[in-house]
Amino acid sequence: MKRLVVVGNGMAGMACVEQILTYAPQFQLTVFGDETHLNYNRVMLSSVLAGEKAADDIVIHNHEWYRANNIDLHVGVRIVDVNARAKTVTGDDGRVTPYDTLLIATGSSAWLPPIDGLDKNGVFAFRTLDDTRELMRRSGPDTRAVVIGGGLLGLEAARGLQVQGCQVTVVHLMATLMERQLDRDGGQHLVKKMEQLGVKVLLGRSTKAIRGKNHVERVEFADGEAIDANLVVVAAGIRPNVDLGRKAGVAVKRGIVVNDYMETSDPDIFAVGECVEHRGICYGLVAPLFEQGKVLAATMTGHRGPMYAGTVQAAKLKIMGVDVFSAGDWGDSAADQIRYEDSSRGIYKKVAVRDGKLAGVILVGDTSDSHRYMDWLRTGTELGDQRGHVLFPPPSADAGLDVAEMADSATVCGCVGVTKAAIIAAIHDRGVNTLSQLKECTRASTGCGSCTALCQDLLRAVAPDFEDEKKKVMCACVPFGEDRLREILRSQKLRSVQEVLEIYGNGIGCEVCKPALSYMLDMLWCGDHDEDRSARFINDRVHANIQKDGTFSVVPRIRGGVTSPDELRRIADVADKYRVPMVKITGSQRIDLLGIKKADLPKIWADLGMPSGQAYTKGVRMVKTCVGTEFCRFGTQDSTAAGIEMERRFEQLYTPHKVKMASVGCPRNCAEATVKDIGLIGVEGGWQVVVGGAAGKSVRKADLLTTVETTEKALEAAELFFQYYRENANYLERTYDFVERLGIEKVRKETVYAPEPARDGLLDRLRKSKARAKDAWQEGRTPRHPTQFAEITPLERVPV
Amino acid sequence: MSDHAWTRVTPCDNIPPREGRAVSLAGREIAVFNLGDRFLAVDNRCPHKAGPLADGIVTGVSVVCPLHTWKISLIDGRVERPSSLDELGVTTYPTRVEDGVVLIGVPSAGPGGDNQVDKLQDCRVGGLLLQERGLDPPCSDAGGCVSSSERVHRA
Repeated sequence: MKRLVVVGNGMAGMACVEQILTYAPQFQLTVFGDETHLNYNRVMLSSVLAGEKAADDIVIHNHEWYRANNIDLHVGVRIVDVNARAKTVTGDDGRVTPYDTLLIATGSSAWLPPIDGLDKNGVFAFRTLDDTRELMRRSGPDTRAVVIGGGLLGLEAARGLQVQGCQVTVVHLMATLMERQLDRDGGQHLVKKMEQLGVKVLLGRSTKAIRGKNHVERVEFADGEAIDANLVVVAAGIRPNVDLGRKAGVAVKRGIVVNDYMETSDPDIFAVGECVEHRGICYGLVAPLFEQGKVLAATMTGHRGPMYAGTVQAAKLKIMGVDVFSAGDWGDSAADQIRYEDSSRGIYKKVAVRDGKLAGVILVGDTSDSHRYMDWLRTGTELGDQRGHVLFPPPSADAGLDVAEMADSATVCGCVGVTKAAIIAAIHDRGVNTLSQLKECTRASTGCGSCTALCQDLLRAVAPDFEDEKKKVMCACVPFGEDRLREILRSQKLRSVQEVLEIYGNGIGCEVCKPALSYMLDMLWCGDHDEDRSARFINDRVHANIQKDGTFSVVPRIRGGVTSPDELRRIADVADKYRVPMVKITGSQRIDLLGIKKADLPKIWADLGMPSGQAYTKGVRMVKTCVGTEFCRFGTQDSTAAGIEMERRFEQLYTPHKVKMASVGCPRNCAEATVKDIGLIGVEGGWQVVVGGAAGKSVRKADLLTTVETTEKALEAAELFFQYYRENANYLERTYDFVERLGIEKVRKETVYAPEPARDGLLDRLRKSKARAKDAWQEGRTPRHPTQFAEITPLERVPV
Repeated sequence: MSDHAWTRVTPCDNIPPREGRAVSLAGREIAVFNLGDRFLAVDNRCPHKAGPLADGIVTGVSVVCPLHTWKISLIDGRVERPSSLDELGVTTYPTRVEDGVVLIGVPSAGPGGDNQVDKLQDCRVGGLLLQERGLDPPCSDAGGCVSSSERVHRA
């Protein structure tokens, strides 16, 4: 076995090692990495900074992988010297390691522009996980951050810092943001989007100095102006790390020079990734290094043949809600320019076509079509008839058609280089049915992740037992599954519906997503969110149930169905005074006053002197009870008291759909607890707690959650389930659909049988929500808005 | 617009952004909406079953009726959903803002007003059209209506 030493434990080095491992074993592998981390996905650092991913989520190879492949891994060791004659490398710990073959994969570092004061405390690059962690640690509402550089990395850093709570300004030397990827118009659309997100953009500013005593205090520009700052991120470009190449004596220009076989000028030394220069180009994106790694692995393992011919440059900005894609030579002056611009929707497309082929493309605001352009660029397709559809694909009959039309040789994942044929083979031959299996099997969609949707479409179209791991998109206005949305709202600390729609949606919203988002925000922030009544259904604006004629119904809370002569008298008086057209006993052991005018609601609530029964909302309805041991000769438990207590603990809270409950004192089940969302069933010596029952559109017998000895334990089990449902169900999903979807075993495992910290978490969040919740009818006395209940009377009278 | 009688209706602040309010004016019930950058006014009766549009959720420049989620354009009063019934609609009224007060223009008596209802079928005709097309049989009770609107939500 030959000794292969790899310097650099990053994406390029390990992608190449992965490829080497696909050949017959011939190397004994040693890897040095100067960072102390395992190989992680550097492209995703911006997602970590933006709180969308945790550091653990972006690890590509875990310890197990190194062990399983017999790789001797040394992290935290920087190789400082190479002796090409003695064939050794020397680490900064002084250790000398011999090699037979050396692979240099040292990547690149931040290029530091000539600015005074870069050594001040509070100035950072944004290249490594440690940089990212340090930026997160220093972020907060008092942080005024300046990002120097308005390229891909700078913008992603800016967005991440802003999510972390900083006030952020991007300072860019050029007149156009991302000028290597965008033309002036595209850049302007991008500026608008960044500013909508709350990131300030200064263009055409040359930074002269960073001032401050020890720590950064302000940033000065060449034009004499200055802005205050206490955090500076330099993202002005990258520079290949070529020191080792120089020390090894191989040919070095801007990068370590390699030929089409990925060979350097020394037969025993190879290089790959951002540290190399191929045909005069040093790449700074992820796709080329996978392609290079493949070719190099063939060359190194004695299968010299495949050649690297360069990569079509393509870039995609990874900021959620800001879609930017650019590829090829869109600025080709000899090309035809085809443009589309929709200012109010912020969509800009520019397509350059030369000699009947696509030369380049810019997409801002809508990048859903980027794979089509990439495919044309890579294959050099003659556009022919498709020229009429270069801006928008021809309408397809169904979603699957798009992928069906792709050629088998078309590349789906540009980063790793996976074709449609390879994915179909994985599905047919390897039994792949889910996206994670596909990632595992082919590595597709493990780079920048922009082909995820396409991979999903292919799986959906071809895999016999396709399983969509992500839940369906909630609504076209905010195109994310609800699990993902909850994650986003939490990590991005979003507190208002309008904010969510503007950043992650179409900026408008509709009657489906607005109430759903309202609920999610209320639940996630335990009531401490920015309540926007315009996003709520009318019932939740006026706390009453709209009827077919536009009047409302009023149902006061009568806990457990137990009332008093006094309450009944007040209800009767109200019915008389306001000439209520119908007074009805409901199926929920309550009383409904129907046909009430909106303007009368506050007066009626005041006269009733009873809290809201929430009969109008997706929230806690009632606990229906029997008389239990109080009066019944068969009762085994005090179901009335238990029911009233359960109603008190849950009332006033919002839920994904309505929650109806019951408490019965014996298995005769007089209050129908077995067909309620939550039911307490008294038995000799304890309680059964049942969940997921229904007797509405569908009928379903509730599942047994647990059997416990005391009332307090029964209530706690109900609380655990209640909060678990609030946090995990989709909006408008009743408990009976929810429990059926998850299975009662999973529900049990994550509620009553969950580890104590998880249980405490659920109870704690429930209590927090409860502490902030109020009786909605208090708004009768103190309305949220002066005309909340009023009909508007014109300021002047007009003759009819 | 000389054939409109303009009425000072209410201070702008009385209508929160993206909400509507009902106002009785010249024998009509009008729903006036605050779209943030402007106010728009239409008849407060959904062409379907006369639902109070002022109580609907605003989506862009349309409103969704709270009874059965019909969607009505606030620009031209046309029914947008169900799209098969887009010849139905409601009357729209011009609005303007003066000194922080919303004004609504109601057509003066006599023919010739630029009143959308002249071009669109109003709700009485609409009811017949619905039946003709065998769509949406009349609701027998409120409970049924609510669940049908939920079906739309869930779909």
